[in-house]
Amino acid sequence: MTEALLAALVFLPLLGACLLLLAPSSWRATILLAVTVPLPFCLLPLTLLIADAGLFEMTLAGHPAPLGIRWRLDALSLLILWLNVSLMILVGLAAGARFAPASDVGLRFWPLWLLLAGGIHALLLSADLFNLYVTLELVTLAGIGLIATGGSGAALRAAMRYLLLALMASLLYLLGVGLVYAEAGTLDLYQLGETLEPGLLPATALVLMLAGLLVKSAIFPLHAWLPAAHGNAPGPVSAMLSAIVVKVSLYIIWRLWFWTAGDWQLPAPGLLLGLLGAGAILYGSALALVQKRLKMVVAYSTVAQLGYLMLIFPLSGLLAWQAASYHLIAHGLAKAALFVAAGNILASLGSDRLRRLAGLDQRLPMDVFALALASVSLMGLPPSGGFVGKWLFLRAAYEQNAWGWMALVALGGLLAAAYLFRVLALTCFHPRSHGHSTRLREPPTLASLAGLLLALAAIALGFASAPILALLEAAWPGAMTP
Amino acid sequence: MIAQLMFWLPLAAVLVSAFAGLMIFVAGERRQRLRTWLNIAAALLKLILVGLIGLLVMAGHNPEFRVALLPGLDLVLRADGLSMLFATLSALLWLVTTIYAIAYLEHSPNRARFFGFFSLCVTSTMGIAMAGNLLTFFIFYELLTLTTWPLVVHTGSSAAMASGRTYLRYTLTGSALFLIGLIWLYGLTGSQDFIAGGTIAELGLDNDWALKIIFWLLVIGMGVKAALVPLHRWLPLAMVAPAPVSALLHAVAVVKAGAFGLVRLVEDVFGPNLVADLGLGLPLAVLASITIIYGSVLALYQNDIKKRLAFSTVSQVSYITLGIAIGGPVATIGGLIHLVHQGLMKITLFFCAGIFANLLGVKKIEQLDGIGQRLPWTSACFTVGALGMIGLPPVAGFISKWYLGAGAVAMGQHWVIAVLVASTLLNAAYFLPLLKRIWLHLPPEQWPAEHRVSRLESAAMIGSSIATASFALAVGLLAGLPLSPLSWVTGIVTDYFP
Repeated sequence: MTEALLAALVFLPLLGACLLLLAPSSWRATILLAVTVPLPFCLLPLTLLIADAGLFEMTLAGHPAPLGIRWRLDALSLLILWLNVSLMILVGLAAGARFAPASDVGLRFWPLWLLLAGGIHALLLSADLFNLYVTLELVTLAGIGLIATGGSGAALRAAMRYLLLALMASLLYLLGVGLVYAEAGTLDLYQLGETLEPGLLPATALVLMLAGLLVKSAIFPLHAWLPAAHGNAPGPVSAMLSAIVVKVSLYIIWRLWFWTAGDWQLPAPGLLLGLLGAGAILYGSALALVQKRLKMVVAYSTVAQLGYLMLIFPLSGLLAWQAASYHLIAHGLAKAALFVAAGNILASLGSDRLRRLAGLDQRLPMDVFALALASVSLMGLPPSGGFVGKWLFLRAAYEQNAWGWMALVALGGLLAAAYLFRVLALTCFHPRSHGHSTRLREPPTLASLAGLLLALAAIALGFASAPILALLEAAWPGAMTP
Repeated sequence: MIAQLMFWLPLAAVLVSAFAGLMIFVAGERRQRLRTWLNIAAALLKLILVGLIGLLVMAGHNPEFRVALLPGLDLVLRADGLSMLFATLSALLWLVTTIYAIAYLEHSPNRARFFGFFSLCVTSTMGIAMAGNLLTFFIFYELLTLTTWPLVVHTGSSAAMASGRTYLRYTLTGSALFLIGLIWLYGLTGSQDFIAGGTIAELGLDNDWALKIIFWLLVIGMGVKAALVPLHRWLPLAMVAPAPVSALLHAVAVVKAGAFGLVRLVEDVFGPNLVADLGLGLPLAVLASITIIYGSVLALYQNDIKKRLAFSTVSQVSYITLGIAIGGPVATIGGLIHLVHQGLMKITLFFCAGIFANLLGVKKIEQLDGIGQRLPWTSACFTVGALGMIGLPPVAGFISKWYLGAGAVAMGQHWVIAVLVASTLLNAAYFLPLLKRIWLHLPPEQWPAEHRVSRLESAAMIGSSIATASFALAVGLLAGLPLSPLSWVTGIVTDYFP
């Protein structure tokens, strides 16, 4: 039964993608609904199972471990699955308003969309390095395809650049995987944790894989492709890319670091990764402050916010683990809300230049409200999911007397406030002296509502932390290997 | 049933204005009548709820709402004597200010946004009043920053945007330090509810230096909003906001929230004894004294009526800090009672300044000549507020100064008397010339910019000022009665100094 649910999570979207290509255009909306609506209902029993047992493992198609495909579900995968399914539904609402399923552009968009979802689900379940590679490729290529549906020259150029860098990154990762296989004779993430001993070859492999994955998750200073790609993609696509696509490769890094290399003592490399995160927070925020377009501000904000997810390495411990995972979820929802709202604003004004957004709160109140609520969470102001993450990071840093990291987290919050309040000030309170000759096309109510719901979800995470944190506590690998 | 009521009442008192605020946003700009009714109904309902909670507190109960926010960290809304002092003040003044603001902003744009955030701002103030632990306090304190910023930048002029930026710079930096202090404190003690006498009093002096640093981090966090020198710079700049905002910011919401936080910090977190043992009281008292004198001196140099009032606020709010920093029951009474007194007097002054500006375009001090003949009632209210600030009996301000002085002598801090005398002289120096112009000079041929305002509106604005002015007089005249703020504060302070 559980096996069937997991298989449904992966194969329903993939099946839907195939059907979309074959079926007549009038059926497409029905197909989309039919493969999306069951997903949360698949996750519900799985959540109960994980809350109870903590872990579920299965082998696909009956082959045992070295040959067959092994799937593994724990609290971290489960939470990111929930994030992805929520995004699929809510961002999907906004995308549905923009890319009508029955239209030509719908035919280009929706199969890729489902491919992306299926790829993410398979990635989160995969338990070996090679399957992670395959699924990550699937996610990246689907993502690039989605950027290109935007159709503008800038979007195509950004997609091309992303493609080239992503291919190079995949090669690095694959090279690392090859080295690991040569050394250990297995690719299972969790078996490797027991067999692979620290040494020159495994270390080289780890560095290669990390380098590839850091490029894919756009961690400073390897982030150069992200702002252009996320800033020029259509709004709903940017939302998915920023909220989850960059994070699944980071998720693989976490898996490698804390499971495969869990008992290697790596304080110095951990510190280095943390410093990259610090660089991301400072550099991303600083550049977000000077952007002239709304979507570019949001894109640079992603560069900055990803930095927090790197703090788990130097602060490694249960609190930091909970903090980073919580931040991942809260940022996912808030950032999706920002991009959906920004996409709506761009679509209805024809421009998202900040100078032209004066008086927007009168004209698009729902989108601006979503923007403001999501900003509250991103700045880490209470009560919001972002605040819980920030609080846990500060606690984690405090527990380890890591005053530098504490100062960084506090400063990061202030910088986020600086660039987001700048946007809010320009959109809501600036007098309309610059004039706005552009006429306004109201965005579809459903699209605005989707942004608002995402933002509300990010705020609501500030109140529902206890069960999520309990789940995460059970999944912390430090608890398993004493 | 009663237990249920005790649980939900504090939350209801906080959320009623949040609900009103959201309804106002949803109703939109055009539905003016609905908005007016929502505003007044919510303000009345809040007053009733606060009154109900007040009755429960008087009967010896402590209604408490508690929900886990993070494992081991609760969001607690709890009504005790001190929270009722602040809650009653803000509920009462919110009602008056709402009526005033409806009339004041009759013809200006973006009223839905204004009143929506206005209501949310009062929600945060009520949350601060009812907060039962430092985390809850912090959450509403941040919410207050978020909800007052749109009010400060309301007009959207470049001056307003600039002062909004300054406001955020100060408050958000302050709250970042506050948060670090909070994390540190919770690292030492775990989450603790406010209790009279201090939650960490029993911790002892093991973490002597850490406790001192935490204290100052938290003082900076609160001091930004309480406008302690040198953290006060945002306050005079925020004067670009419309008059009702200035009135509420100064009398109740932001500045008072900071001062109230300092009271909680000293009395309920550290406890007066620990503050005295760690030697933190004297530096805080000195800081407050510097603020009192500095604010008054700068007020002398202001030519703009609202600016002068702003610096007067910087000075006056620090009386509260001074009282609790001196320590001892009498000075603490003086500090706490000033929370109410300063609120009533300062809101009156800002209401009057708003009327002068709105009806006659009078914004500068030299334009006040003879305005007493043109607007006698408003000028009378202004006079009551100003005399109260100087500390002339029987207006409320006198009682605060009396208790502060007597308390300082009781604690052997004689230098405080000099501060009080100097401050009184300075207060007189910057308020009496205004009164002289108002009553004794001849009115000009023509007022700077006379607006025609309907009788109802001017009646609402002037009526609000008369109401607050008479409150200020009444709490001074009737201070001996059992339900007066003075008796209430005396009751609270007996808990702190048994």
